[in-house]
Amino acid sequence: MDFFQSIDWMQLLRCFVVGGLICIIGQILIDKTKLTSARILVIFVTTGVILGALGIYQYVIDFAGCGATVPLLGFGANLAKGAITEAQNSGLLGAFIGGVKASAGGIAAAVFFGYLASLIAKPKIKKQ
Amino acid sequence: MKSIDTKKEYLDYVDQKSPNSPILKNCFNAFWVGGLICSIGQIIFDFCQYKGLDTTSSSTIVSIILIGIAAFLTGLNIFNKIGKFAGAGSLVPITGFANSIVSPAIEYKSEGYVMGVGGKMFTVAGPVLVFGISASVIVGIIATFFV
Amino acid sequence: MTKIGLQTIKLDSAPYILETSSIVGPKEAEGPLAKYFDQCLEDEFWGEKTWEKAESKIIKENVSALVAKSGIASTDIDYCFAGDLLNQCISSSFGLRETNIPFFGIFGACSTFAEGMCLGSTFVDSHAASNVICATSSHFCSAEKQFRFPLELGNQRPQSAQWTVTGSGAVILSNNNLGKPCPRITYVTPGKIVDMGVKDANNMGAAMAPAALDTLITHLKDTGRKPSYYDVIITGDLGYVGKEILTELAETKGYNIKNNYDDCGVLIFDKEKQDTHSGGSGCGCIATVFSGYFYQMLKEKKINKLLLIATGALMNSTSSQQGESIPGIAHAVAIENLDN
Repeated sequence: MDFFQSIDWMQLLRCFVVGGLICIIGQILIDKTKLTSARILVIFVTTGVILGALGIYQYVIDFAGCGATVPLLGFGANLAKGAITEAQNSGLLGAFIGGVKASAGGIAAAVFFGYLASLIAKPKIKKQ
Repeated sequence: MKSIDTKKEYLDYVDQKSPNSPILKNCFNAFWVGGLICSIGQIIFDFCQYKGLDTTSSSTIVSIILIGIAAFLTGLNIFNKIGKFAGAGSLVPITGFANSIVSPAIEYKSEGYVMGVGGKMFTVAGPVLVFGISASVIVGIIATFFV
Repeated sequence: MTKIGLQTIKLDSAPYILETSSIVGPKEAEGPLAKYFDQCLEDEFWGEKTWEKAESKIIKENVSALVAKSGIASTDIDYCFAGDLLNQCISSSFGLRETNIPFFGIFGACSTFAEGMCLGSTFVDSHAASNVICATSSHFCSAEKQFRFPLELGNQRPQSAQWTVTGSGAVILSNNNLGKPCPRITYVTPGKIVDMGVKDANNMGAAMAPAALDTLITHLKDTGRKPSYYDVIITGDLGYVGKEILTELAETKGYNIKNNYDDCGVLIFDKEKQDTHSGGSGCGCIATVFSGYFYQMLKEKKINKLLLIATGALMNSTSSQQGESIPGIAHAVAIENLDN
């Protein structure tokens, strides 16, 4: 119960609104440009890397928390942040290691769960 | 209506004839589902912080759990229904990335575990990793020399 | 057999459409035409392990059912013309590999059914064959997998997108009606490839409508007929978008088809209840709707003169990726009850 009392509801609201707004940008891209979902994901992750590298995205993260880190923009920003930090610590080698290292958890989880799901699940038709 | 003879005239005519997506409804659904997914992430994040984990680890745990849930729902044939309803609301959060990896893995199982599951897993999400990682390496190189 | 006009072949013996057979998937079975199909499946796998195997089984079982229904021994079938949407037409060739009937694998995308009927009827008319089978199949899941995305991907289908029909339709064309009154093929008009530059693979109706228009007008000019000569003009899978485009384009060229034109992609599903957006598509669309619904209407003489125009989009996923536009094609077959 202590945990529920510790939740910052204003923080949660900011997270909800910012996360939702980022998704609206994606929805407008889907409906207005006929881009496939793969291209939209690429646009988001690349934009995230650029905004992260320029340090702009950190302000959004500070404001909205997971509302900024959970969308793919945050995945991109995290890649950039990792690359920069590691590059500053260990030079050129770090530039190669940093990005993937920072996002390794997510990538490994997606690959592992993907493999796991394929063992169990069977393809099914969409009903609508 | 006047006669349509050139390709340009025809394409303009087709644009005008093709039905538009219900964009307001789609945006509304994308907004609340996307917001909700981020909020679930936030609660997991807060819980990790409450348990005394640092920010980086908490963020990674949020990603792993959301990816796990998305993979599970994809396997149960539920994620595509959420995706149809919410559009970008479930695509843009990390859940969309997970779904893009898990869905071809399941679909291509019929072509074997090595070349089917293993090989086709990245048909949709591969570009995300290629562009994301390449961009981060470029950023890292720039940071090495100029910052 | 005589060529008349620009593209049309007049079939002097007017081959009979002796029998038809159709099998459809569960979604089609929930649609408005369900009661006209010979067999409705309960699930898309039909006991098989993969979508491709399921599609092969559908065409195989459909052709067996057709031969059984017709009363002709399978050894009396001279040739079979069949095709589908999968790479290298594997559903047809795998499905029909045990039939022991000489086989022509044909590809005209969703126009394959009419392409087969054009070829089959000229074979029969020229005495090269007495009985031929024309069959096609398509399967929603195998087509999605090959042309679009995995089924589990949570994406939204655009409003202009169409739903590939799961099913197979097959006909026997013959020089002998076995004493039964049967509809006959009087003219066939093989179509030209027409490309008006549409690139959107989610708007096939718009890509194929100009080809349908070209074939329709050529057929009418070649035969000297008016659109009103036919009780019904049907197209294969233009869907709601393509149907409207074809109707309007025909009007600008001076042909009014508003009253007697319909599209199989529009007929096979209930747009509102089944959420299929612009309607059905695929080789199986016109094949099942003709073999099921229209053949029965012809037999019952509710329709006596029918012009069947099957439309196809001649593209694949590589050409789309490379930014090519979508060439369309349409073949027309005039089917009439002659012995009244």
